[in-house]
Amino acid sequence: MKPTKDLKTTVYSPESSIASPVKLIGGMFRDLMDGRELAWRLAVRDISAQYRQTALGLLWAFILPLAHTFTWIFLNGSGIVSVGETELPYPVYVFTGTMLWAIFMEAVNAPLQQTIAAKPMLAKINFPREALVVSGIYQTLFNSAIKIVLLMAALIILGVYPGWRLVWFPLGALSLILAGTTLGLLITPVGLLYSDVGKSLPLLLQFLMYLTPVVFPMPSSGLAAIIFKLNPMTPLVLNVRNWLTGLPSEYLGYFFLINGLIVALLFIVWIVYRAAMPILIERMSA
Amino acid sequence: MSDTLIKVENLSKKFCRNLKKSLWYGMKDLGSELLGRTHGGKDELRPEEFWAINDVSFELRRGECLGLIGRNGAGKTTLLRMLNGLIKPDKGRIEMRGRVGALIALGAGFNPILTGRENIYVNGSVLGLAKKEIDTKVDEIIDFADIREFIDSPVQSYSSGMQVRLGFAVATAMEPDVLLLDEVLAVGDAGFRHRCYSRIGQLQRNAAVIFVSHSMDFISQICDRVLYLQHGRGTVNSQVTNGIAAYLAENQEHAAESTDRARAFYPPIIDAALSLSRESVNYGEKLDVRLTIDIAQEFIKPVINLALRSESDQVAAIWNTRQHGACVIIPAGRSEIRFAIGPLYLLPGKYNCSISLREDGSAEHTLWFHNQAQIKVKGQGQQMAGVSVLLPYHGHTLKKIASS
Repeated sequence: MKPTKDLKTTVYSPESSIASPVKLIGGMFRDLMDGRELAWRLAVRDISAQYRQTALGLLWAFILPLAHTFTWIFLNGSGIVSVGETELPYPVYVFTGTMLWAIFMEAVNAPLQQTIAAKPMLAKINFPREALVVSGIYQTLFNSAIKIVLLMAALIILGVYPGWRLVWFPLGALSLILAGTTLGLLITPVGLLYSDVGKSLPLLLQFLMYLTPVVFPMPSSGLAAIIFKLNPMTPLVLNVRNWLTGLPSEYLGYFFLINGLIVALLFIVWIVYRAAMPILIERMSA
Repeated sequence: MSDTLIKVENLSKKFCRNLKKSLWYGMKDLGSELLGRTHGGKDELRPEEFWAINDVSFELRRGECLGLIGRNGAGKTTLLRMLNGLIKPDKGRIEMRGRVGALIALGAGFNPILTGRENIYVNGSVLGLAKKEIDTKVDEIIDFADIREFIDSPVQSYSSGMQVRLGFAVATAMEPDVLLLDEVLAVGDAGFRHRCYSRIGQLQRNAAVIFVSHSMDFISQICDRVLYLQHGRGTVNSQVTNGIAAYLAENQEHAAESTDRARAFYPPIIDAALSLSRESVNYGEKLDVRLTIDIAQEFIKPVINLALRSESDQVAAIWNTRQHGACVIIPAGRSEIRFAIGPLYLLPGKYNCSISLREDGSAEHTLWFHNQAQIKVKGQGQQMAGVSVLLPYHGHTLKKIASS
């Protein structure tokens, strides 16, 4: 037994945690370290539980984007919607687009989903809350890896070969996940109080998808062109797809700018998440 | 050197009754938190708010055990949740030292699809145990929970008792400096409960323990001080029995107010009334009971049952004509039946009297008076939870036995 004076002292008071930033940031990184193992365990728990209860197993990573792809190939092929010229064959374009978008979407959903699923635990046990977010990232990484392997296999079968730029691809995939996590973490505090947020999220993401070159190529003129160009998701999706299919990089400067902003924003929403937790836990069990 | 592990100063917490408002206040609190303002704002309550915890202070050292008692909604769990850092205080300050273990939820984080062994690791890391620590303790945990045969089957195939045992075993494996226990031992069979208490006893030697329970029996056995909470207010009482007595007194007052009464009779009974000869009796005295009844036809061999209920609504004593083999015949018309009950060897306090009448062999009651009269028993002795009869003392003898 340690002598009492050596023990870690924790103080709980009404003062805002934002008011003492040094302590706050110290606590954030300490909890992130303390929560590593828990995050890993939670991720392993959820992944193994997820695959133990399905018959199709890993195929689920594939089914939704594939369905999406067929829909758009049909819409485009039958002339209902005219998508315009793409550098890649359209099926390849839309399939890689929807697969990558699925990765982003999973990352967006993860923080809110993880936190809501952990409500009973949050209300009763004090553990590093960061572990939930990290566990969500681990799960997204795992599921993305499956998607990417399947996607690359499909591309090679279709005769599309990635070039040397494939070395850039992990960076691209990570920035997709990072962007998703940031957006997801941003909406989590309010989403925990009001279920409206969780309900409207798929709608918003769908809308965002149509403003990003996922199923449509970049429009060359008009208002749409400006929106597509400003959309921070555009350089991410475009480049990740290009690196996977052997095409040259586009908007590379904007790509790195966006990544820098995402990292900064992620740090801010992390602070918000952490400060919000005790307040939200009080309300969600009330 | 102070060995104080828990220090609570003027702690207060507001809660909101209305869900929609509560969520909106949550948004506002979130905003002010992010602007760096102090949580809880000024002293005043917003509409629909009340103090769930109001100005509570105490200190607890290693080796001490504080019993937290109070009626439902008195703020016991709220206080524990603040001590555990789950929610923020609105006023005051909490200082906790060392590793805090809280048994507020057993088995939180159990996944039904995973095996018991996998869940031990998950649950252990949620509670803050490193993998190495769990590795060294996993056998101890399995043995304590007594589920060795099932440890590699999924938790969804466990009985609820097994899940509780596993949860308790994992939660107490961490050897905390501060242990918070929230009414977790109301479950499980008697043998397991006993093992739980001895385990808590072991942990208590090296920890400061706060124990919430409605079982005054356990509170008086385990705790050396009590904090009796009433609508969020309370002070620590170092006389455990005094604290318990105050709690029981409040409970009784409440029970007396809210006692459900019923008065019903059916044909052939036309009218009936129950009265007791006196308002109070001394310990060990008899009591005369009078039942006035107006009946349309003769009632042969009715079963008359009289019950005295203590204020915690437990049956303290019964008197029953059938049990005594007594034969009563009530003639048609108006009559008065008188009988003496007792001697009443009951602990001092108020008792509610209920009486019922039915035909022998029939389950249907023709008369049902529930808590229609009250009697006060006076005398020595103190109220105890769950006990009503105090056996009389008839002296004792003592004989020394020579040792060989």
